[in-house]
Amino acid sequence: MKIVHYVNQFFAGMGGEDSAGTGPELRDGAVGPGRKLASLLGDEHEIVATAVCGDDYAASHADFAADLVAQAKERGAEMVIAGPSFTSGRYGMACARIAAAANEAGLPALASMHPENPGLGEAAGTAVVESGQTAHRMKDSLERFAAAARIIAAGEELTAQDGRIGPIARTNRLAQRSAAERAVDLVLTRLSGDKDATEISLPDFDSVTPAAPVADVTDALIALVTEGGFVPAGNPDRLESARATKWVRHSLDGLDTVESGSFESVHGGFSTQWANADPNRILPLDVAREMEREGAIGRLYGEYLGTTGNGTTVADARRFGMEWAAELRQANIQAIILTAT
Amino acid sequence: MSIAKRVGAPRIVPTRGIPFPTGDPELAPDAERAWRRQLLERALVAVGTRVSEPTVFDGDPVQ
Repeated sequence: MKIVHYVNQFFAGMGGEDSAGTGPELRDGAVGPGRKLASLLGDEHEIVATAVCGDDYAASHADFAADLVAQAKERGAEMVIAGPSFTSGRYGMACARIAAAANEAGLPALASMHPENPGLGEAAGTAVVESGQTAHRMKDSLERFAAAARIIAAGEELTAQDGRIGPIARTNRLAQRSAAERAVDLVLTRLSGDKDATEISLPDFDSVTPAAPVADVTDALIALVTEGGFVPAGNPDRLESARATKWVRHSLDGLDTVESGSFESVHGGFSTQWANADPNRILPLDVAREMEREGAIGRLYGEYLGTTGNGTTVADARRFGMEWAAELRQANIQAIILTAT
Repeated sequence: MSIAKRVGAPRIVPTRGIPFPTGDPELAPDAERAWRRQLLERALVAVGTRVSEPTVFDGDPVQ
């Protein structure tokens, strides 16, 4: 099978973070870890080209994946594989997006990353195989990657025993053994100690360790944030009312309250009549200012951050959360009050 | 609130309705503002409290 392999700028030997803005391109043959991968894949398969993109470019240009897959198809690709990306977040996200885009374009696809890579959630049901945590584990990661690629190339299903991780798209198929037989088998497997054995793995929500408490709120810088579709009247940023792909920020400097007519909610998941009659019902600025004046709150951050939480994908929501956390930490915020609708 | 718990929000202050998290249109304006103040006071207690799992703060804040 003709395979196109995706790596980032670092593994393509083009440089580190200084080259992370490099745009997408296709190179002939196997490059970097692709060389070892090619020999592990054996004679039946050939890496005809290597797709490369800088991690920053990939993270900020959603269309890079479809572009590269289209180029790969022009080179005759019959399958696309990406990684291994270990625990590198932007690289993992790029690998997952490339694999998902290839799948969408009708090509079998596979990505390789560590189960804790935040990019795993972007794979959208496309096969992902487990890699080690860092490039120190390159050798065994490539062995497992090549074995999984051969399974996918043969049109077979990759299973947890093969190192498959992440969400699995559910499809109908005829089982060889009846549900009763399989159920008894599962019970026996569980009784013999494997407590997690299942035919249907449930989605795995990641858990967040709660932050340490604020030592003294009367001395803290606190930010108001919301997913209530809260925008200045007229919605100048065109924030979506559902399936938001972005978030907005607006100044609260000099405001003692958020008045009807100055702010509104564009949330599409509930009636906004009450929010629009008094926007403090979504973003409680009037009372927060009062408490700031009284010294109950050290200081309010000068802007609010907001998006619309309505049918938002987990991947977008995770990205908003990471961007908000980075932003607010840089501003030395000690706590946030997030109003949720 | 059950959603907030399920997705793992660490500190949760329950409110009275999805369309108005920090309000209650049934109340007279003064009473609504007092209710909003109470919610923010609970939120401040929440961010000042150590938690290890999703925790609901619905008691009256100790001044």
